Amino acid sequence: MRLLALDTSTEACSAALSVGDAVLERSVEAPQGHAGLILSMVEALLAEAGVALSALDGIAFGRGPGSFTGVRLAASVTQGLAFGAGLGVVPVSSLRAVAWQAIGVSAAAHDGVLVCNDARMQQVYWCAYRPGVDGLPIALMEEAVGAPESVLRPAGNAWLGAGRGFRAHPALANLVPGTPTDAFDLLPQARAVLALARPDVAAGRLLPPSEALPIYVRDEVAKPSSARPSSS
Amino acid sequence: MRILALESSCDESAVAVLDDGRGLLSHVLHSQVDLHQAYGGVVPELASRDHVQRLLPLVERALAEAGTCADELDGVAYTAGPGLIGALLAGAALARSLGFAWGLPTLGVHHLEGHLLAPLLEPDPPTFPHLALLVSGGHTMLIEARGLGDYTLLGDTRDDAAGEAFDKSAKLLGLPYPGGPHLARLAERGRAGRVVLPRPMLERPGLEFSFSGLKTAVLHAVRALPASAGEAERADIARGLQDAVVDTLIAKAVRAIDATGLDALVVSGGVSANHSLRERLGSAARERGVRVYYPRPEFCTDNAAMIAVAGLARLAAGERDAPGIRARAQWPLVSLRPPAAMGADA
Repeated sequence: MRLLALDTSTEACSAALSVGDAVLERSVEAPQGHAGLILSMVEALLAEAGVALSALDGIAFGRGPGSFTGVRLAASVTQGLAFGAGLGVVPVSSLRAVAWQAIGVSAAAHDGVLVCNDARMQQVYWCAYRPGVDGLPIALMEEAVGAPESVLRPAGNAWLGAGRGFRAHPALANLVPGTPTDAFDLLPQARAVLALARPDVAAGRLLPPSEALPIYVRDEVAKPSSARPSSS
Repeated sequence: MRILALESSCDESAVAVLDDGRGLLSHVLHSQVDLHQAYGGVVPELASRDHVQRLLPLVERALAEAGTCADELDGVAYTAGPGLIGALLAGAALARSLGFAWGLPTLGVHHLEGHLLAPLLEPDPPTFPHLALLVSGGHTMLIEARGLGDYTLLGDTRDDAAGEAFDKSAKLLGLPYPGGPHLARLAERGRAGRVVLPRPMLERPGLEFSFSGLKTAVLHAVRALPASAGEAERADIARGLQDAVVDTLIAKAVRAIDATGLDALVVSGGVSANHSLRERLGSAARERGVRVYYPRPEFCTDNAAMIAVAGLARLAAGERDAPGIRARAQWPLVSLRPPAAMGADA
């Protein structure tokens, strides 16, 4: 399977390309620089693999939640590349990507992964996952955004915590005792987006390019003027 | 040469296909006016979110309506600034990625250069050099245009743009969003001379504008209305505001004509669709033997056809984007240069 994946939903900017079982990737932590980097990463990966964009089976992207500008960048680039090359797309959750990465970090048996990505504004994007039979994480709830105090751990004691939300809000670590702290450094990576998109591509569950759209989760971004407190 | 062009600098998503031989093959647009209405102004984050959903379907429509496909295109242009950064990035990222996938050159275009060149879409277009009056909700500029990318700013506004004076006054008069066109319609029913507002900066030499004082004058006029005042009195205020803005624009444009000796005037931007401005500027220019050029009304406001004109001119001259996806919220028009092969106009 030839699959390209992008993720620019956080400080990390990454692209990955699978050709058969091999996965090539580029990833840097470059706050602000994503727009300048992502296309050249794609170009470098295609050149390294010697594959034309139009020869791919699809394009996957981290659809958020995350930085508004970042998730829009990945969505827009995915739209343009996919439409231009006549390919289908697979949106992948940026929280689920981190859950997949955490499962790889810890070999120990656990009930599941509690992912908290930093959402700024004293909030986290979060979701809880249990590992499925194929090892891919299955969401146990709707993705949420909220204050760290609003994060709930599902039943069970052996929960892994993952994501930079645990770094931004250290008290969250109390929910996930024994988690290797490496997992708190995880940012969503294109490699994970690629792995999570594989089953969809194999099953032909691809969307048209115009449906490569962000999921923001944080949807209250402005108040209608009629709802604004009036000073006069 | 045939190119695709995208515009997304503010609250319109637009796409056009332009061919240098056959002319404009298609232009499609989605306005976000309804989206922002409840907020009384453009909410940048909502604008960005909408562009990401609208642009690609508009690209598909523009290509279909033009009866063309990627194989027949020679480039992709898009608005790279100035404007709302998130909105601009949505268009820049899509355009650059389409160009990458199609193996076509791309070029980020200056939004105001698009407005300046919009009259080139009309039959019997202006030639260089000429004077340009660019009037919109964001800009009020007098420009001496000697050639593509050869612009001298003769006058600018010190505060609000002319269109902003219309919009803010409309709000004070309780008109629906976006207020400018509503105010102009109300002004048509107003009586001249009933409400006289100041003509800012007219007593001073030079070509600078200042419109922020007008909204205060309108506020005072609105407050002075008796409780019994109705539509007619509000129309008088709208008329007073429109006359003050139009008088000022005409007086400065005439000064610029006299100062430069140019005999062609291009008027572009959203406010250039205003009937009163067109009528009165037309007669003032005729008296001086100056010919006035306007874009058709739909190309006065933001659109992709004008971005295609600017993009095609520069792409045809060999200008190209530098690597990466880039957009600029701020980008002075006078920093533009004539087309340079390999995108050296940074």
